[in-house]
Amino acid sequence: MMLKHRTYADVKGGDSSGMVDQVNAQQARVAERLAGVRACVAVMSGKGGVGKSLTTAAIASACAARGLAIGLLDADLVGPSAARMSGVNPTGLTVDESGVDPATSPAGVRVMSMDLLLDDDAPLAWREPESESFVWRGAQERSALREFLADVRWGELDLLLIDLPPGTQRLIDLAELLPRLDGLVVITIPSAASETAVSRSMSLAAEKGIRVLGVLENMSGYACADCGKVRPLFPGAAGQRLADRHDTALLGRIPFDPDAAGHADMGALDQMMDHTVAGAAIDQIVDRLLEAIA
Amino acid sequence: MKFLCIECDELMIFEQRQLPGDGTLAAAFRCPTCQRVVAMLTNPMETQLVSSLGIKIGGRDVPEQPLELVRSEVVGGREDAFVDTEAPLPVEARVSGAGAVVWSLAAVERLEGVPRFVRGMVKRIYADYAKENGISEITPEIMDRARSDLGLEGM
Repeated sequence: MMLKHRTYADVKGGDSSGMVDQVNAQQARVAERLAGVRACVAVMSGKGGVGKSLTTAAIASACAARGLAIGLLDADLVGPSAARMSGVNPTGLTVDESGVDPATSPAGVRVMSMDLLLDDDAPLAWREPESESFVWRGAQERSALREFLADVRWGELDLLLIDLPPGTQRLIDLAELLPRLDGLVVITIPSAASETAVSRSMSLAAEKGIRVLGVLENMSGYACADCGKVRPLFPGAAGQRLADRHDTALLGRIPFDPDAAGHADMGALDQMMDHTVAGAAIDQIVDRLLEAIA
Repeated sequence: MKFLCIECDELMIFEQRQLPGDGTLAAAFRCPTCQRVVAMLTNPMETQLVSSLGIKIGGRDVPEQPLELVRSEVVGGREDAFVDTEAPLPVEARVSGAGAVVWSLAAVERLEGVPRFVRGMVKRIYADYAKENGISEITPEIMDRARSDLGLEGM
C-alpha cells in the first residue's frame, strides 16, 4: 500500500516535545540575563597566536581601572586562559537554582571561563560516545557558550567583552545567541599571512551585519627592555591595511613586550598596564575603543 | 518532531522516556484513538546530539539547572569548581515542616558517590523531581526512576 504522507505543518497540533518552545526559552534566558549589560563586544582574530586573549584581558582590566563595570567571557572553551591571565584563582563559584556567580579579578572584572571549571592539565572533554564526536561536539560547545551567557549572574555591566577562539564558527554562534552584538574588535599581527586570515573573518562579520569597531595590530615591533625603543619584529602592516580595506579604524598598535607577557603569566595585569610599553599602548587603545562603542 | 498514527490519522502523544542502557534513549508515543504505542530509539550518537542541544525529547519535567549541560557533560571538572547553596524553603514551609523532601540514608550515600563537580546540581534535580511527583522521600529507587524518566544519562 502506498502511504500518503503529509507535511509537518499539515498535521495539526504541536510536537509533544515542544522543541521550538524549548529553544525559544533558551534564547529568552540569554536575553533576560543580559538585560543589564549596556554593550556586548566580541574580540576575534580568525587566526591563532596573535595574542588575542592577553590583549582582551588587558583591555578588560584597563576598562575596570576607569571605573567601568566589566565582564569578561572566555568563549575559547578548548584553550581557555582568561581567568589565569586576569589573576583569578579557580576556587568555588557560588551556584544556586537561579545562576552562577562569576569570579572576580583583582581589577574587579567579572570573569567566566572554562579554566575555572576544569582540573589543571585536563583538556575539555565530553562524555562518550567519543567515536562520533564530530557530529555533536559543535552543538555541545555552542550550548556551553549559551549557558555561560544565560546562567552566569553578570549583573549590571557597562561592557561585556567576549574573547573568541581562533576561527569564525564561534562568532556565528555568538551572533545567533545574543539578543544583540554591539561590535567586534579584530586583532591581527603585521604579517601578510595574518592579514589574509583576519580579512576573511572581517568579511564574514560584514556578511552577518556585525559592526567592526576597529582593528588592533599586536606584536607590532619589539619593545627593547634595554633601550626602551620599539624595534622592527614582523614585516608588514596588516593592521592599517585591514582597516582601510574594511573601512574601519585602526585602534592602535601594541609592540611585543616580554615584560608584559611575564606580568600576564602571573596574572598581574595591573603591573603590566602600569609598567610596560605594551600596557601604555593598550591604555590608549581603550580610550579609542570606548569612544567607538559609545 | 511529530509522530503520526497512520491508521487513525492522529498525532501521537508523548507517553514516557527511558534510558534502557548502552546510551539508548527510548521515547514512547501513544495514539489517543487506537492506543497503539510506538517507541523511538536513538543510538548513542543521536542521544548525545539531542543532549548537546540542551533540549529534552518529550519536554522538560523539572526546571533547567544553571550550567546544566556543562556540569553534566564535561569530563575532568574541578572538584572544587562550585559551591552549591541550598534554595531556602518558603517561610510557610519552614513553619509547617511541609515542602521539604527527605533523603533516605542509602540515597545520601549514593549521592556522596557523585562527583562534587555535579553533585549539588544532581541533588536539586532529584529534589525537583520528587516535588513534581508528590514524593516525600528520595531513595535509590526513586533516583533510578528519576534518572530514567528525566533522561539523565551519566547522573
